[in-house]
Amino acid sequence: MKRSRLRHAMAMLAAVTALAACSGGDGGSSAGNASNCTNEIPKKNLPVVTVWGWYPNMNLVVDNFNKLNDEVQVCWTNVGQGSDEYDKFQTAIAAGTGAPDVIMIEMDRIPTFQIQNALVDIRQYGYEQVKDNYGEGAWKDVSVGDAIYGVPVDGGPVAMIYRKDLFEKYDITPPKTWEEYEQAAQKMKDAGGPLFGDFAANVSALTMALQIQKGANPFTYDPTQPKTIGIRLNDQASKDVLAYWERLVRKGLVGTEDQFTPEYINGVINGKYATYISAAWAPGYLTGAGVGKGEDSGKWAVAPLPQWDPDNPVQVNWGGSAWSVTSQAKNPELAAKVAYGLYADDESLSHGWKNQIIFPLNLKALKSSEFVEHEVPFFDGQQANKEVYVPAAEAYQGVTYSPFGQYYFDAMTKQVSALIQGSVTAEQAADRLHEDVVAYAKEQGFTVQ
Amino acid sequence: MTLLMEKDAPQVGERTRAARGRVRLREHLLGWLFVGPFALVFLAFLIAPLAYAAYLSLFQRKLIGGTSFVLFDNYLKAFTDPSFLSGTWFVIRFSLVAIPLQIGIALALALILDAVTSMFARFARLMIFLPYAIPTVIGAIMWGFLYSKSFGPLADVFGLFGATAPDLLSSNNIFYGLVNIVTWQWVGYYMIILYAALQGIDPSLYEAARIDGAGRWQIAFRIKIPLISPAILLILVFSLIGTLQFFNEPQILRPLAAGAIGPDFTPNMYAYQQAFGLANINYGSAISFALGGVVFVGVYAFLFFTRKRRSFL
Repeated sequence: MKRSRLRHAMAMLAAVTALAACSGGDGGSSAGNASNCTNEIPKKNLPVVTVWGWYPNMNLVVDNFNKLNDEVQVCWTNVGQGSDEYDKFQTAIAAGTGAPDVIMIEMDRIPTFQIQNALVDIRQYGYEQVKDNYGEGAWKDVSVGDAIYGVPVDGGPVAMIYRKDLFEKYDITPPKTWEEYEQAAQKMKDAGGPLFGDFAANVSALTMALQIQKGANPFTYDPTQPKTIGIRLNDQASKDVLAYWERLVRKGLVGTEDQFTPEYINGVINGKYATYISAAWAPGYLTGAGVGKGEDSGKWAVAPLPQWDPDNPVQVNWGGSAWSVTSQAKNPELAAKVAYGLYADDESLSHGWKNQIIFPLNLKALKSSEFVEHEVPFFDGQQANKEVYVPAAEAYQGVTYSPFGQYYFDAMTKQVSALIQGSVTAEQAADRLHEDVVAYAKEQGFTVQ
Repeated sequence: MTLLMEKDAPQVGERTRAARGRVRLREHLLGWLFVGPFALVFLAFLIAPLAYAAYLSLFQRKLIGGTSFVLFDNYLKAFTDPSFLSGTWFVIRFSLVAIPLQIGIALALALILDAVTSMFARFARLMIFLPYAIPTVIGAIMWGFLYSKSFGPLADVFGLFGATAPDLLSSNNIFYGLVNIVTWQWVGYYMIILYAALQGIDPSLYEAARIDGAGRWQIAFRIKIPLISPAILLILVFSLIGTLQFFNEPQILRPLAAGAIGPDFTPNMYAYQQAFGLANINYGSAISFALGGVVFVGVYAFLFFTRKRRSFL
């Protein structure tokens, strides 16, 4: 009797475990299925286009689109942010099925997917009508040659977000150069203050942007000659930037926490970091995670990104995303309509920028005085767009991305991790990264220059 | 009488042989009928994908130049790839530490629970088993938070004694952090297997031992452990296979353990990264099979060295 009861309990436990294991496995894999939307589709008789995206206000954006549109409806799923989504998309590309019709991707990934023929050129599906809604630079970032592989939504001008209260407490003025940044960090440390910033291994795109600011030019790639690529990851500028952060890490002036983790956000909330070098969309994510609310409100401000040479300032970009139509779209024309229209209506745009979820590239918003002069609540009423972000965005000159962005960023993460731990020097990290990526490019069949 | 039997014998033999044949045929069919559903699922969801992955591992796909047949090039690459080799070396080291620890604890607990018969023993048995019922992913997330410097209780606990808590997610300590998680997760399961084996021992053996003057320790070491050695060997093999294929826990802890866990931390993670992160499904498949080879060699070597007691395989 005793035995059999035990056996029953065991069997039940085993069954529960097995069930739990199963239900963990199939999350988010079937986004191609229109019955599986996160949103409610109001007009059920219209054709449906499936969309993947992770903007924090996607719910509202999708509802706005569906409400305004009488031709097509959007079925939206959030399959994860950044790499999580790209991994799923990559799998769907390999499988030949399972990708959505329209996908949110960061502009630096467009060449990666374009070279695999995973995206559709949407120039013929209505580019002319919306052409004037975006600046030339925005279109350049989503194009490969003449072909258009995405509709720009947001950009990521990088600036220095900082804790006003901590700066006041330790009597620090926002640094204008990286040299001043280091001095300020030292001053704060000497006074027993918190860490001044964070140098994370998992934000390769930002590290790349900071290297570009110093004059690095990691990739030269001409899409009309797709077999040839120029790679320079260990030039002096790249090494200098890594060495700069290495020094700050060694001196204990900045942390080395991975970003976008609960641990890091918790640190940001608790004032563990005095500055946060990040893009214009960052406050939206911080707010979503509970930063700057309640008694924390009004503690933040933003200043332009510190410079290497204040006479020749260089502005950089991190992230920024677009809607692309995938080559698995059942009806590319209809999908392109969604790509052009989603997050392009006034209500969605203003909700996006008012909550600092996006830095809009749509000129309707970007040029509006309401946007430019907006007093941003997160920054305690500072006119952040006018003072910092709009000038930064206007000065941004664009970057050439590589068609193997994922590999490059992973390889950089590996080297920066080693650098943080002290097992390599900045010089070695840059050299190893260069060798690693060059070897990969050659293996993938490129001629490396 | 004997004559008669000898005369009849061939007939009887023929008849029974024919009957036996019919029965055997029927049993055969019946057997296939029983095996059928399993065999179908087994073929469709294990053998076929394995064969397909093996087939894929013989090709190479490049961003420029497309897919080509390269035979065993991917395998040659894997066994010279520092990422794969360091990952393999890690899981081997991990096995050498984690497995003896887990099985030692499981064995001790099983022996105690077998010797004690009270309400408490039944409760303890369930509680020790409980971590196994928690999905590994949830378990890993939970431990991630327990280890956390800002949320976790470790800092407070060590603070009581005026010491600083070790950061179990740092690159120096992640090994022990993972050993702890895996031990917590699996000890209960192994304990139950060993406990069941202990319950299967005929109690008269203990009686005989006691009459011969054996104490409790002697019974445990001279009677119980030798008698359940096949079960110990079984869980050793299970845990060896499982540990060499280490994936869930480090994959979940990756974002929390800043820089301590890379995408090539274990061979399985490396295969996953190649296949799904970098679209290199061919090389990912090759790594998986290469790891399969390592597991096979490891288990074979293990069984070879313990072959005297190989009664269960």
